[in-house]
Amino acid sequence: MKKGTLKQILLITDGCSNKGEDPAATAALAHQQGITVNVIGILEDDQTEEPEGLQEVEEIALSGGGVSQLVYKQALSQTVQMVTKQGMTQTLQGLVNLELKQILGKEQTMEDLDPEKRGEIMEVVEDLGETSDLEVLVLIDTSASMHDKLPTVKEALIDLSISLNSRVGRNRFAIYNFPGKRKDIDKVLDWSPRLDTMSSVFPKLTSGGITPTGPAIREAMYQFGKKSLLRSFRNNHEQDIENA
Amino acid sequence: MNKTLKTHDSFLRPGVTLTGKWHQKRYVIIRKLGNGAIGSVYLCDANGRKAALKISDISTSITMEVNVLKSLGKVQGKSLGPSLLDVDDWVTPLGQTFSFYVMEYIHGRALPEFMKQNGNEWIGVFMLQLLEDLDSLHQSGWVFGDLKVDNLLVTGSPTRLRWIDVGGTTQIGRAIKEYTEFYDRGYWGLGTRKAEPSYDLFALVMVFVSVFYPKHFPKGSNPQTTLFKKINDVKALRPYEDCFKKALTGKYQTSDEMKQEITSVIYDLQRKPQTPTKRKHDNPPLAMESIGFLLIALGYYLSSLLIP
Repeated sequence: MKKGTLKQILLITDGCSNKGEDPAATAALAHQQGITVNVIGILEDDQTEEPEGLQEVEEIALSGGGVSQLVYKQALSQTVQMVTKQGMTQTLQGLVNLELKQILGKEQTMEDLDPEKRGEIMEVVEDLGETSDLEVLVLIDTSASMHDKLPTVKEALIDLSISLNSRVGRNRFAIYNFPGKRKDIDKVLDWSPRLDTMSSVFPKLTSGGITPTGPAIREAMYQFGKKSLLRSFRNNHEQDIENA
Repeated sequence: MNKTLKTHDSFLRPGVTLTGKWHQKRYVIIRKLGNGAIGSVYLCDANGRKAALKISDISTSITMEVNVLKSLGKVQGKSLGPSLLDVDDWVTPLGQTFSFYVMEYIHGRALPEFMKQNGNEWIGVFMLQLLEDLDSLHQSGWVFGDLKVDNLLVTGSPTRLRWIDVGGTTQIGRAIKEYTEFYDRGYWGLGTRKAEPSYDLFALVMVFVSVFYPKHFPKGSNPQTTLFKKINDVKALRPYEDCFKKALTGKYQTSDEMKQEITSVIYDLQRKPQTPTKRKHDNPPLAMESIGFLLIALGYYLSSLLIP
């Protein structure tokens, strides 16, 4: 059986998008394309309550079919990996729920099954989560206010790569930052199986003034398309060679 | 996550009765025992018996933990984790549904507290108990994962170290489900987060390190050196230093390997108290010497008495 690839955008921001379309709308668009949008909102050390700027964090994740979480930068590493994994489980569970609806009728979801059966289904979901391939595009907000948090973000991402590469399934990561120098987003690291290679490229990040979160998500979405196009072209090419 | 936890927390107060949607069993909340990574645990009354009830907003996490508890129940002849009593859903008065499970309530003392009162000689005992339990767990195809001080309790008569939270338990070969940075070898740059016996052995060492460094310590620029130095600084841990270093660097493939080496360290330690007594036996020359001097002195004294 050929397993599908889970696609995720992991947005790391401190909120306050201020340019372009509504990020929740572009997240919804990405979700429709089969890409889950997870969002991590970083709090300032002295922030205790939910600041207004971070309200959009939950909305983006909700419309992106993903998970959101607000954290102080100290807890970033663990949160990044938890959010990514929960996002995977949520996506897989959504797919399983779709199947269930087809088998059991419209109204049935996992929550309507008794705990015994739910347990069995969850085992399948867990199996899929462990073995399916995963593509994560990390989208980092590098607006001025994020500047002092970037070293922690980098550490958290290397840590994420340790976690995900301990899975059975394969992983591919890419990192983009926004705002870009001339475009909405700039490439920091092209699709690669590990993030250790990142250490050399990360210092490139420069902090600017505007925060075009919406346009950034839209652009990020296309990066998946580009790559799968390229890959399918390669695959076809290989097949051609084999056929020849 | 704390934000979402509030939702079920706001309903559950001491005295609230919770009735399961599927099995209709009733539980009366007594008090909160603590917050786990994925939910809260309450002490409750289940038909006159005390039990622990874990409830979470994330239904899937509860289901996953239940699956683990069920598989641990199948490990024969050992009570590795708390035994599972019930799994159900609770519909709040406002119509929200939360998943929960009920398990055996393990009553005991925290490990550092116990050691403070009863002495460091328990280190060896607990280490062997843990290694033995881990060995059974590993042999049945699982890795504990989130092994840490907070997930252990010392129960009385007989004194035994028991596991109270098995949420991180992962099938061997997969990615560790749940971990705590200080106990995680990935965090220290000393290995992957793949579930294998050596992952637990690393965490086991960190459990005993944590007992002596309750506030933990930063990893520094060279995590391995930091760790080794901190262990060397604690007198009670020094006898186990070599074993600890091997466990931290993943040299042990199985718990049993480590258990055997720890056993021989403990054996040596128990013989050591006899060496000082031996030294007392080595002392006789000195004692005879002093007796000799005394006799000579006495002789002089007596002769000095005779002279006049």
